Amino acid sequence: MQLTAIQRIVGLLLMLFSTTMLPPLLVSVISADQLHIPFMLAFALTFSTGMFAWLPVRNMRKELRLRDGFMVVVLFWTVLGLFGALPFAIGDQPHLSITDAVFESISGLTTTGATVITGIDHLPPSILYYRQQLQWLGGMGIIVLAVAILPMLGIGGMQLYRAETPGPMKDNKLTPRITETAKALWYIYLGLTVSCALAYWIAGMSFFDAIGHSFSTVAIGGFSTHDASMGFFHEQPLIEVVAIIFMLLSGVNFALHFIAWRGASLRPYFLDSELRTYITVLGVIAVITTSFLYMNKTFEDFSHALLHGVFQVVSIGTTAGFTTSNYALWPGFLPVLLLFASFVGGCAGSTGGGMKVIRFLLLLKQGMREIARLIHPNAVIPIKVGGKVLPDRVIDSVWGFFATYVAIFSIIMLLLMMTGLDQVTAFSAVAATMNNLGPGLGDVALHYANLSDFAKWILCFAMLLGRLEIFTLLVLLTPTFWRK
Amino acid sequence: MKIIILGAGQVGSSLANNLASEANDITIVDVDSDLLHDLQDRLDLRTIKGMASHPDVLQRAGAEDADMIIAVTNSDETNIVACQVAYTLYHTPTKIARVRSQAYLQHAELFTQEAMPVDVIISPEQLVTDYVHRLIEHPGALQVLDFSGGRVQLVAVKAYYGGPLVGHELKTLRDHMPGVQSRVAAIYRRGLAINPEGNTVIEADDEVFFIAAKKDIRSVMSELRRLEKPVKRVIIAGGGNIGKRLAKALEKRYQVKLIDHNARRTRAISEELDNTIVLQGDAADEELLIEENIEQTDVFCAMTNDDEVNILSAMLAKRLGARKTMALINRAAYVDLVESGDIDIAISPPQATIGSLLAHVRRGDVVMVHSLRRGAAEAIEAIAHGDAASSKVVGKAIEDIKLPEGTTIGAVVRGEEVLIAHHDTVIEAEDHVLLFVVNKKRIPEVERLFQVGVTFL
Repeated sequence: MQLTAIQRIVGLLLMLFSTTMLPPLLVSVISADQLHIPFMLAFALTFSTGMFAWLPVRNMRKELRLRDGFMVVVLFWTVLGLFGALPFAIGDQPHLSITDAVFESISGLTTTGATVITGIDHLPPSILYYRQQLQWLGGMGIIVLAVAILPMLGIGGMQLYRAETPGPMKDNKLTPRITETAKALWYIYLGLTVSCALAYWIAGMSFFDAIGHSFSTVAIGGFSTHDASMGFFHEQPLIEVVAIIFMLLSGVNFALHFIAWRGASLRPYFLDSELRTYITVLGVIAVITTSFLYMNKTFEDFSHALLHGVFQVVSIGTTAGFTTSNYALWPGFLPVLLLFASFVGGCAGSTGGGMKVIRFLLLLKQGMREIARLIHPNAVIPIKVGGKVLPDRVIDSVWGFFATYVAIFSIIMLLLMMTGLDQVTAFSAVAATMNNLGPGLGDVALHYANLSDFAKWILCFAMLLGRLEIFTLLVLLTPTFWRK
Repeated sequence: MKIIILGAGQVGSSLANNLASEANDITIVDVDSDLLHDLQDRLDLRTIKGMASHPDVLQRAGAEDADMIIAVTNSDETNIVACQVAYTLYHTPTKIARVRSQAYLQHAELFTQEAMPVDVIISPEQLVTDYVHRLIEHPGALQVLDFSGGRVQLVAVKAYYGGPLVGHELKTLRDHMPGVQSRVAAIYRRGLAINPEGNTVIEADDEVFFIAAKKDIRSVMSELRRLEKPVKRVIIAGGGNIGKRLAKALEKRYQVKLIDHNARRTRAISEELDNTIVLQGDAADEELLIEENIEQTDVFCAMTNDDEVNILSAMLAKRLGARKTMALINRAAYVDLVESGDIDIAISPPQATIGSLLAHVRRGDVVMVHSLRRGAAEAIEAIAHGDAASSKVVGKAIEDIKLPEGTTIGAVVRGEEVLIAHHDTVIEAEDHVLLFVVNKKRIPEVERLFQVGVTFL
């Protein structure tokens, strides 16, 4: 472990992060909502902390090793999560407790979209903007993390995206250097955000809402500037259509976007089996949901059932977590079906959460292989994705990931139930946070304000676990990692 | 003709065997002197020991005045280089090379005079695979051979009791099937050829060769025997080059299982094939075959490179209930031994491959030669050139052509059109003529028939 090198990077990161307090400061000044002091304070505090961390070790330029990589990635989210909470806690509005502020900040940065704030409509614009921006920054971090860093660490089967293994996509390491890759991805991310904002604006949102929602849509976050989330815009169905399109796009592997964009053709999309599975899963669930909603007379006419059904499926399935109508109150199995869809989540290398479609696909194929093996005990059956054979190591990793996911899920759920939550609430709260979804069912269908502090801290941990693909965080908790 | 064969392996030695009997000067080159000794003892040919692609070796083999060089060593690269050397140093007119690797074959532009001067590429594995593939497509046929790029096929069938035509004269064929054009090219009864005439009566157990357009094959076969159900389930034993290619060709349309005993090989095959179930185990393992529903299997193909294993596993499969069994058998002696017994079709790889080479050895413009009945008979596709004055066939009706004894004209392909031969069909210039020659000794006469007179320029 090279603590000094890590300290230097974290210091730099903090200084960089402090500048993100400036745009909300500008919003505050323009809208004169009296919040410029807290934002300035937060900026100064973050910047100086970063400076103090960085100054003594500024010359410690060392190559990071694999272990340092884990540490940096985890610190990135925890430290920024803590400092990002400052504006929520310092100002008069919303003036949250430390717990609530950290929960809100981590929920933003991990693009979960779970909130503890009620009365969002009455918050000053600068805070509203800051929440949306947190999600957008988080989304950007995730893209780089997912496409460039996690494959290097080889987490949960994601080494299959490494350049040297014959993964589903040939040139998955997009450009030779990680900074170049990050830059290319950033352009795509920015491009998607800008077009999303424009589309929202044209579809009828106010300029402020359009930018805010484009941030949380492209990041698959789910924060909104209104208590009613997307339901606020129910007069303009076009907005929901725009949201569906951009959530779908953001749930696709950004490396795929990059390849398609560089080659100026749509072919890569058609060839990718993960994308096919992603569309199929969402498509099947959307058909079930829409027809059930219509037949059950939840919505009177078919077009409403279709729009709300598809919107909610895409929103929950990609783990964005926007809502148009209170889906928790939908009949029968639908809320649970949607919650299960969030376990599949987005594609690897997207801003979406959940277990990722590629893992779901591999688990499915592995399951089918077991059945085939029982019928043909002598058969040699390799697992292929997109015509390429996957090494057993990858499949082992995915199984390990799944097993750990389930185990951690159960433990956290039991802990939550210990704090007095009922089973539906506890289950959905863990699912909503570990899958980085946002809204749950039962008591947490709308917001998380009523939970105990202990429960909130547990859920913060769950959000980080989900975002960091579990193992990145877990590996830090093992004694072997710290052994010299 | 002076022919140099490079490589005395399975393909090389069977080639030598076939060509040496036809008054050709054969020189065979190999690095293994044991193989060469063996050949020299059996056949009338010259052997040279050495690396096939080295110029000095080629020179010793007489490359300077050779008419043809056939490179069939194990290595694609050696074959290609040998052709290059022969082209550059000795200007050998015809250069034939075996190239197996798909990586080369995908780029046809590689094999030009400027790049790699190979005139004809042969891929024996591919030929055998195609051969088996056609047999599976036409269940009940003993042999199915393509002419004119598959537009016309020659099919061998054993007539059975219950076929509508069995016990009737050949000329009633047309009354049975109006609209279907077909011609019986030869009939073998108890191993002897009979010249098919209009009043020849087909008996049960006759081996009938007929020619028809591809789409009509099934209806003609239904006249000679009860039609078999189309094949659905196939088991292939042996995952070598042939087994793997066959599985790949079949797996889209049939349910294919492939058995190989080598763990690493099965792994590699399973990675390459998509719909085939690849099993690791012994092809002659009764338990394994029963577990994989051998009794429900339509065709069992034994495609390993070991004759004995192929024969035994095919016999076992038949005993266990496979509807039909095929086995690759290299040794001619074994072919006779097994074909009457439990194995339905014995496939001789040399027989399946030799035809494409014979086409280049023949004089006259011969497009395709298929060797039949272990080389005793041949089916030939030749192009008629010239005009009525210079050619012995052009401008003449078939009944006026003086064909050698035991030779029949089965069909004429004119452009895209397939004309099944009648006695009054007139042959035009550039027609592809399909002939069936019962006796190989008559082939020089057929060659002469299709050579253009000196007056034609």
